[in-house]
Amino acid sequence: MSAPGLYGLLAEFESAERLVDAVARAYLEPHLAVVEAYSPFPIEGLAEALSPRANRVPLAVLLGAVAGGLGTYALEWYSAVFDYPLNIGGRPFASWPAFLPPAIEMTVLGAALAGVIAMLIGNGLPRLHHPLFGVPAFERASNDRFFLLLRPQRGDFDAHRARSFLETLAPLAISEVRT
Amino acid sequence: MAASTQEIEAGTTPLLAAGETHGSLTACISALTLQRPAGRIWPAAFTLAVLLALLLIGGIGWLLVRGVGIWGLDIPVAWGFAIANYVWWIAIGMGGTFISAALYLVRKDWRSSLSRYAEAMTVFAVSVSGIFPILHLGRPWFFYWLFPYPNIMSAWPQWRSSLEWDFFAILAYLIVSILYWYVGLIPDFATLRDRAARSAVARVYGFLALGWRGEARHWQRYETLSLLLAGLAVPLVFSVHSMVALDFSEGLLPGWHSTIFPPFFVAGALFSGFAMVLALGIPMRRWLGLEAYITERHLSNMAKMMLAVGLVVDYSYVAEIFTAFYSMDRYEVAVTLNRMFGAYAWVFWGTILFNVVLIQLLWSARVRASHTTVFLISLGVLIGMWLERFMLIVTSLYRDFMPSSWGMFYPTFWDLAFLAGSVGVFFVLFLLFVRLVPVVSMSEMRKLVHKGARAAVGAVETPP
Repeated sequence: MSAPGLYGLLAEFESAERLVDAVARAYLEPHLAVVEAYSPFPIEGLAEALSPRANRVPLAVLLGAVAGGLGTYALEWYSAVFDYPLNIGGRPFASWPAFLPPAIEMTVLGAALAGVIAMLIGNGLPRLHHPLFGVPAFERASNDRFFLLLRPQRGDFDAHRARSFLETLAPLAISEVRT
Repeated sequence: MAASTQEIEAGTTPLLAAGETHGSLTACISALTLQRPAGRIWPAAFTLAVLLALLLIGGIGWLLVRGVGIWGLDIPVAWGFAIANYVWWIAIGMGGTFISAALYLVRKDWRSSLSRYAEAMTVFAVSVSGIFPILHLGRPWFFYWLFPYPNIMSAWPQWRSSLEWDFFAILAYLIVSILYWYVGLIPDFATLRDRAARSAVARVYGFLALGWRGEARHWQRYETLSLLLAGLAVPLVFSVHSMVALDFSEGLLPGWHSTIFPPFFVAGALFSGFAMVLALGIPMRRWLGLEAYITERHLSNMAKMMLAVGLVVDYSYVAEIFTAFYSMDRYEVAVTLNRMFGAYAWVFWGTILFNVVLIQLLWSARVRASHTTVFLISLGVLIGMWLERFMLIVTSLYRDFMPSSWGMFYPTFWDLAFLAGSVGVFFVLFLLFVRLVPVVSMSEMRKLVHKGARAAVGAVETPP
């Protein structure tokens, strides 16, 4: 009984504790809907209470570090040994200790770049418009209010049941989010 | 709010006033950017900074026409003001990253209100520092030859050169510090987007916020990234300034060719960086009315950190002089004596005055409680650290092994203009930052508000 154009139902709370409590209770309702929680600052344990999704930021940082470091070292080695060997005072072409400083710097750069990109891709950003921005009350999600969003999983979304559940949580307000 | 000196020293004064809520915090900080309370100081300071920046731009134009000879450079002193300015600026940047990242890793809550402007200071200082080595190349328009890229000359950079390492170090440091700063800004830009009254302003901040909504799993990735970036930034600070030091250590000149240089330079970098954080923070806190967020305890802690790292710098001075005499190398001894009693002795004793003698005042809690005194000591440290770089560069070069190659360095008008102009460019950027970007990280401070509220609830629930 999904209303056409309904993206989800948004409940507004005045404190982080109320939101954590609401998320915990939403999970007790079997297959209610996709639950999302919005807060102006990171709340410890909230993401873990929601259905865990892969956090691939650490893996991306590791891969970026390896790519930056090994890539730079390989470039140095190729250029100094094969493509442009210069014999200066009989120093070995593959002077690995001297190749380390640029490789170390590029390790850090590769790790940082990969981490930022992984955070953005994982979060689906940049996405300048989102149905939530159509809800006037949501402006305070970046200030002092905490929101719980219930969203249809695959079209089978009982908006009435979802709304009556949200009402049991005694939120400040419930808004419909339109696509 | 008037906390006693003992309370500040014990670290028991709260970092936030008791009545602070999420709403009051957001309103106060975002008003600084969105409403921009009028004042006479900002326009006056900005005008002065722009004039100085124009002087630098004029100087760069003249340098492109005439070459680096417009500076007082010659053989033997081919590394005068330009390299001193470069080392000074990049060092100032290090302190900002260290405060933000290292104190984050050791979970010191009091960094929260300092991190934003310290990171901004880093980005601007590193940007300004990069101007000098590029201009000093002589043909600055070929600076990209330092970058390894396939080219029709079939040439590659010389990987064994510390100058090449330095190029990679600055490049990595600049990009990483911009990323670190920007990632921290994303949630705050979202707040400004949501609070902006005019739609044009909301659009600009909305674009910068990349559509941030603050979903719990978004925050989780964001927090992981912040932690990892902080963990990467701390070793980066140490490695980058070590590379700067290797520019000197790899040279064979007495006074430069020393393994003490990398740690010595890192200590000096943190010292001048903390001094700049204090020198910017004390007036900014007063003019923008940030006393509620940057408290007496913050300033006292910063002053203590500056003193601590200053003592490491002082130890390095002693170790350097001791090593020179202990080595019994006649050139090392001669350079050390020249530094202390030669033509540039006033630079050496000026360094000692600012970096060794004056900072000892910070042992006194009463001195640390006086903002004017701490501000003046910080300015002294900034001057002292500049003099130290000038001393290291010029006194090693002006008299090396052969008396036939001795010569003096005298700065020209353009040397002074480039130094003053770089200060101008830095302040143009910093003053724009103060107006356009939240100067205190709201998302970080909200964690403190949350913690404070929970502690208050806990105190009520469990009576002693």
